[in-house]
Amino acid sequence: MSAPTRPRPGDARRTRIDELAARAGQVPEGEGGVSLTKSAFRRLRRNPVAILGAVIVVVFLVVAAFAPFLAPRDPLAQTLLSEIRPNSIPGAQEGFPLGVDNLGRDLLSRLVYGSRQSLLIGVVSTVLGVIVGMALGVLAGAFGGWVDTVVMRFVDILLSIPSLLMAISISVLLGQNQYALMIAIAVTQIPVFARLLRGSMLVQRSSDYALAARALGVRKSRIVFGHVLPNSLSPVIVQTTLSLATAIIEAAALSFLGLGDPDLARPEWGAMLANAQAFLSIRPELAVYPALCIIVVALGFTLLGESLREALDPKFRR
Amino acid sequence: MSIEAVPTGGADPGQSSVLEVEELAVTFTRRGEAATRAVDGVSFAVAAGETIGLVGESGCGKSVTSLAIMGLLPRRGVQVSGSVRFGGTELVGAADRTLRELRGADMAMVFQDPLSSLNPTVPIGTQVTEVLVEHEDLNRKQATAEAIDLLDRVGIPDPARRLKEYPHQLSGGMRQRALIAMALACSPRLLIADEPTTALDVTIQAQILELLRELVQGSGTALVMITHDLGVVAGLCDRVHVMYAGKIIESADRHDLFARPRQPYTGGLLASVPRLDAGRGTPLTPIRGSARDAIPWAEGCAFAPRCDNAQDDCLTEVSGSTVPLEYDGPGRELRCRHPLTHPPVASGATASGAAR
Repeated sequence: MSAPTRPRPGDARRTRIDELAARAGQVPEGEGGVSLTKSAFRRLRRNPVAILGAVIVVVFLVVAAFAPFLAPRDPLAQTLLSEIRPNSIPGAQEGFPLGVDNLGRDLLSRLVYGSRQSLLIGVVSTVLGVIVGMALGVLAGAFGGWVDTVVMRFVDILLSIPSLLMAISISVLLGQNQYALMIAIAVTQIPVFARLLRGSMLVQRSSDYALAARALGVRKSRIVFGHVLPNSLSPVIVQTTLSLATAIIEAAALSFLGLGDPDLARPEWGAMLANAQAFLSIRPELAVYPALCIIVVALGFTLLGESLREALDPKFRR
Repeated sequence: MSIEAVPTGGADPGQSSVLEVEELAVTFTRRGEAATRAVDGVSFAVAAGETIGLVGESGCGKSVTSLAIMGLLPRRGVQVSGSVRFGGTELVGAADRTLRELRGADMAMVFQDPLSSLNPTVPIGTQVTEVLVEHEDLNRKQATAEAIDLLDRVGIPDPARRLKEYPHQLSGGMRQRALIAMALACSPRLLIADEPTTALDVTIQAQILELLRELVQGSGTALVMITHDLGVVAGLCDRVHVMYAGKIIESADRHDLFARPRQPYTGGLLASVPRLDAGRGTPLTPIRGSARDAIPWAEGCAFAPRCDNAQDDCLTEVSGSTVPLEYDGPGRELRCRHPLTHPPVASGATASGAAR
């Protein structure tokens, strides 16, 4: 710095390079150890699609959790009965933002309470499906050989039956209650997760780091659960989010077909949709709103799942 | 551990062998396809503290040899025959448990690509301590302390912090150092390095080789260096085995091999190394053809189709057997009927180069 009065050209750049050089090789404080999940989460937060999906999902979860506080009325109370005629059902009016259904029950309150049932069935059945499917997938992927063959043939059989047909058969077999519905949907999810996990474990099992771990004498169980499984999970995580959407749609479909929860005290979107069918020409809103709810929730989970797929894809990692 | 090995008599090279490989052969069979013999009667021995090189171009069977020694080849579709004795224990056909307890503790391996050899979802520390917990009777805390020490020894700065980091946060050289630390965690008596510097840039290569040399010389570990890089051989190996099409075709001490290659293939390899002192524009002198031109050993010398010294008897089965690996002066063995007779001088004295 012999000429302090006037900055020479390139001074700024020089100091910047010096600063960079001084910091070279240092890890910025607080950044020691960025795991896959952390960096995926960071990328998720920057993705507007992910945020939209997350907002939708969170809104519905909040609605479901606080339904008793959010619903303006009792979803079962029959009101405005005097105004219901064979060819007219009262629409939106003071105190009934979306009108009432054919039995005079407040539509908005029923939609709010319906979110509980739909989300519960969706989540429980997907969790069940993931657990059983992953167990089968790990079994097939870890052992290979005849275990793999047996498990995969079983899964193939499950997969070859159309999922709705399967769910209907199971609902009929187990009787009509909401647990049967959950199991039925879970069973249709199992093969997807089993195949997915097995496939991705097979790829990871032949990876270099699995070989390197074997070369270090790490025992097989540790290689499977400590190395292969964590690396095989990302497609399963993505599929879980996407499956939630499918499960909710399927639950609605089964309810629509009359195989849902027979307890009329619990409103459910699918059942509401089925009920609204008869009044489509008089009051189409009765069908439109529950359908819209199903679509939006499913969309929320799908958007979240898709952006999760992008976030977990190692090709997008920085 | 449970394996009682014959003591090797300390780090005294030449006295006793840590590893003896005899007539090792590996055949890959696939339904509906002809069997492939990737390794075909390979024999060599490594003493404690000794470094040997297995040299050859891609596909000559180097890596398969190393995997066969470690017992890492899949069981299905692979036949391994011959004998691999490690400190008195026969490894070919040994039980999985026996092999697993030896691997990592008494024999270890460093692989080619340091990024893919590390698990991307697990911090470095966990991967290093894993080996220690597996083979030594350490708890997590002791293992972590030991891991910090190990990383420090292989020249990773700030090891305590690095332990918490994930493989993608480390540079290539650092990753390879971490892998070497993992391999040397339990002070194995044998280390197999399968092209450990191929995925690294030149300056890092030199550092890693230097590190390997230090670690091996300090501890009396036997090192098997698998490489196609003659520079690595020149810098590190005591003894060199040149492989071609699954067989060793020439064995010699490092100095003898470089000064006086006898197999035309070895001569060709040496002549094809680019030289800094050659004039500008001097063409490189490759060996003509490629490894795919090899003929089965049963039909003569596998290298004959590419060899400029080849004569009629190279291509025919003469004495009812393949070309034998024969004594060729003290400390040397050679598999060739018409070896190079004079030491080649740089500019195309090898006939292979001149022929182009």
